[in-house]
Parts: sequence; C-alpha cells; structure tokens
Amino acid sequence: MSGNSKIIIKDVNLHFGKQHVLKNVTATIPEKQITVILGPSGCGKTTLLKTMNRLTDLYPNVKIKGSIYIGDDDVLNTKKDITEIRRHMGLLSQRPYPLPMNIFNNVAYGLRISGRKSKKYLKPRVQHYLQMANLWEEVKDRLTDPASSLSIGQQQRLCLARGLSVDPDIILADEPTSALDPLSSEVIENKFIELKSQYTIVMVTHSLQQARRIADYVIFMYLGEIIEQGPADEFFNNTKQELTKKYIKGLFN
Amino acid sequence: MDVFHLRRLLRNKFHTIWMVVALVFSMTLPVLLAIGLYYKSSGLLMEQSLLSIIFSKDWRPLSGHFGLFPFIISSLWVTVLALIIAGPICLFSAIHLTQYAKSYVLKVMHPIIDILAGIPSVIFGVWGVVVIVPFVSQHIAPLFGKQTSGYTIMSGGIVLAVMIIPFILNILIEVFKSIPEELTEVTLSLGATRWMVVKHILMRKAFPGIVSAFGLGLSRAFGETIAVLMVVGNVTQIPRGALQPGYPLPALIANNYGEMLSIPMYDSALMLAAFILLIIVIIFNFISRMVIHRMIKIM
Repeated sequence: MSGNSKIIIKDVNLHFGKQHVLKNVTATIPEKQITVILGPSGCGKTTLLKTMNRLTDLYPNVKIKGSIYIGDDDVLNTKKDITEIRRHMGLLSQRPYPLPMNIFNNVAYGLRISGRKSKKYLKPRVQHYLQMANLWEEVKDRLTDPASSLSIGQQQRLCLARGLSVDPDIILADEPTSALDPLSSEVIENKFIELKSQYTIVMVTHSLQQARRIADYVIFMYLGEIIEQGPADEFFNNTKQELTKKYIKGLFN
Repeated sequence: MDVFHLRRLLRNKFHTIWMVVALVFSMTLPVLLAIGLYYKSSGLLMEQSLLSIIFSKDWRPLSGHFGLFPFIISSLWVTVLALIIAGPICLFSAIHLTQYAKSYVLKVMHPIIDILAGIPSVIFGVWGVVVIVPFVSQHIAPLFGKQTSGYTIMSGGIVLAVMIIPFILNILIEVFKSIPEELTEVTLSLGATRWMVVKHILMRKAFPGIVSAFGLGLSRAFGETIAVLMVVGNVTQIPRGALQPGYPLPALIANNYGEMLSIPMYDSALMLAAFILLIIVIIFNFISRMVIHRMIKIM
C-alpha cells in the first residue's frame, strides 16, 4: 500500500439485538485515496461506514466491540467529544438530505454552529465550498431559495458543499450516486477524484463499475465479513478469493 | 350483450354512484349545517346587526339584549389557556418519545395516549370538579393573592389541556416520526449536538405539522362543552384574568337550549352563538392552513 493509513479498523464486532452485523472486521484505510467498500446489499457496508463516525449510537440495541483508530484516537472508546470527532468526517448519504433552510444557510450552518457567525466571514466561504462542489454557477443568483427547490443532482452537490464546509479530513459517502442520474453521478465521481488530493474518501457502493472507475483501494464485504481487501489494481486483476472472483464476474446473488 | 355482462356493468355503475352520493353527503353536510344555523338565527339578525351582537356585552334576554361578547371572550380565554398548557407539554413529550426514548417507551405510551383520548368528556368534568377546582382554589389562587371558589377560567383551561393532549400528542408523534433519520445523521456529521439537531433542524422541518396539530387541538378545545361547563363557573361576564369565572359559548348553548325558549328570540340568539362557534373554528383551521402553506414554500 502506498502512503500512510488514515483509519485502522481492528476486530470490530457489531450486533443489532441478536443479529451479528459486523464480524471481526479488520481493515486499513489509506490516507488521501479513495477507498471503496464493495459488496451486495445487506452485507454491512453502510453499518461499517456509520460505525466510523459513531452514527450507530443513534440506533437502539446496538453493541459494538473492537477499535477504530483515526490517528491515535480510538473512536469507539474515545474520551474526546464525539461531536468534535464527527465534524472531521463529512457524510454524504444515499439520497440528498438538504437541511430545511435556504441554499446559503445549508452551507453556512456547519460554520455557524461552530461559532463562526458573521456574514462577512461566511459569505466568501459559502461561495468557496459551492465552487468546490461545482454548484456555484448554478445557484449564485438564488442563494436565498429553499434548498428543496434544487434538482436532486444539485441537492447532492449542495450536500457535498455542506459537508466540506466544516473542513473535514475524511469524507464518508454512502452510495452517494445511487439516487442520481448518470450525468450527476459522473459529476460526483469526478469531484471525488479531484478531492482525493486533500481528503481521505471512503465510499460505499454496490456498483462494480463505479468501484473500477474510481477506487484506489477496495474492501469487499459479504454477510458482515471482509472477504478480501487490497489496492484496486491487485483486487481486480489478481483476485485471490473464490467468492470475490465470483462477485467480480457477476455470478452472484 | 348477455345478462351476465349487463349485470356486471350495472353493478359497477351502481357502486360508483353510491360512492359519489356518500362523498357529496359528507361534503355538503357542513355547508348545510352552517346554512341551517344561519337561517335559524336570522330572526335575531333582522332586528339587530351581527356586529352589534358580537361586540355587545349586554346579556339581558328578558329585555331583548343578546350581547355575545362575554361568551366569545370566555371561550377564547379557556381555549388559549388550554393550548398554552398543552402545547409545550405535547411538543417536548413528542420530541422525547421519538428522538431520545428507547423504542419500548413509545410502545407503552401509545395505548396510554389512546385510552386518554377515549375517556368520555363528562369524566374529565367530574375529575375537574373533584380535583382541579379545589386545587385552583386552595393552591393556585393563593399564589397570586386571590380568593376564589375555584370555578374559574383556569380550571377550565387545565381540564381542557388534559383533554386535548392526546390528540395533539398523537399527531406530533407522527409528525416527528415522519422526518427521515438521515437528516439527523447528516446534521450530527456537521458537528451538531443532539439538541442542536432538535432545535435547528427537526423543529423547523416539523413546523407545518406542529401548526396543524396545534390548530386541530385549538378547534377541539374551542368546541368542547360538558367538561368545561362543569368547572368554569358559568357567570356572564368578561373575565379579566384566568382566576375569574367565565361562560364559554358551548356552555351557553348547552345550559339554555330547551329551557329558556319561552323568551322571544332566545333560540335565535343561541343559534347565532352556535353559528359563531362554527365560524371561529373554521377561521382557526384556515389560519393554520395558511401558516403551513407559507412555511412549506420557504423550506
């Protein structure tokens, strides 16, 4: 693996009630690359993603064991403030969920709640992040319109700008293009490739083609276990596990 | 066409027709009700103008003075007081139940709320007389340095509040449940605390629902009769505070219809009171709808 590792997942076991969702998951996610978590629906990909910033705290009857190191800190057993840890990880969800406010405030919200409230400070930053998400040109004349008036592809880019605004160093994306048309998907994918020089990106997907297009590192999961992981080249061209081979060939149900 | 097909066709036609009839019936009923009430009250309206009746506080039926102002104001007092008490309780209960509490708490609460909603209002009235009226007289009034029998606007407001809580709470729970959990997740990911999510995002998102829940509670409270009548004192006056007795519109109608009808124009005045009651409830509904509509537009 080239470069440093950003997130180290060690022996994570997660139970929803009696259901064993993540089984001894151990993985290393490289810094400033795109890591794709691949696998069929219901294999625990999304849960693994949400364990990284402890959104799993929201669910009832969850038991987690193991460690997830980000830097020196074990997120699962940290003594630090969890809201602060979450702020360093932008989240892009399956469908865009804009906040119930106007376009400007959607991007400004994260900055405001961390205490930076002056219009003078916010204005150039909102513009900057909207530009980063390739949305500025489309919305610069309608910043006070409700975010819900945007198309779904625009909304997803707005959510990206919102996530970037709090200056995270990790982007967690949960099938961010599954609700989008091919064109909007391409915009997001290209954006990710552009952004990986600055951010560590972890993306969940069930689309093999998407993984082939943008992954630097691939983690393949099946029924809560990691079957195989490695740099994308090696993963696709020199597959080791039978199960992975079958999945890549599309012989899977 | 053979008989079989003809019968099928006729049956199909018949069922479509009675659905339309049922629909027309349920749609025109409120209109007919309003027209009927207006017609019945027209006797009085021919002699005096509507505005002068609404804004006159002179209630002396024997000499033909039917000022409804004290009753309208009493109604508004109890209703608004009930909403002031019930509103925050319902809002915070709903937020707690849907956002913080373990899921079994909601499972336990749902039947409790339904039972509360199903209790006949006369029982609330008796409870008010036995518990709330003495409580207001002995504990609440002394706090403000007042003396009262306890049969006051305050007692009416408290009893009403308890009665409308299940209705408002039920709607609010549904409203907060309908907000996707992902919205909470993305907001937390921006570094927000749970309370920030509730205050900035969920309350905003739920606002139209909150308005309609409160609007419905308001309408119910405004028309509630027997429980209020039993505790509110029924003194014809414009109450100058929550610790004075009042005489709401529904109580006026229920107490007097059928008894005082030998007095000329009395029945006409009561019908007018009912008509005004209906109109005010419609206005409440209309306002809450407008607020919701505007809110949805800017979100």
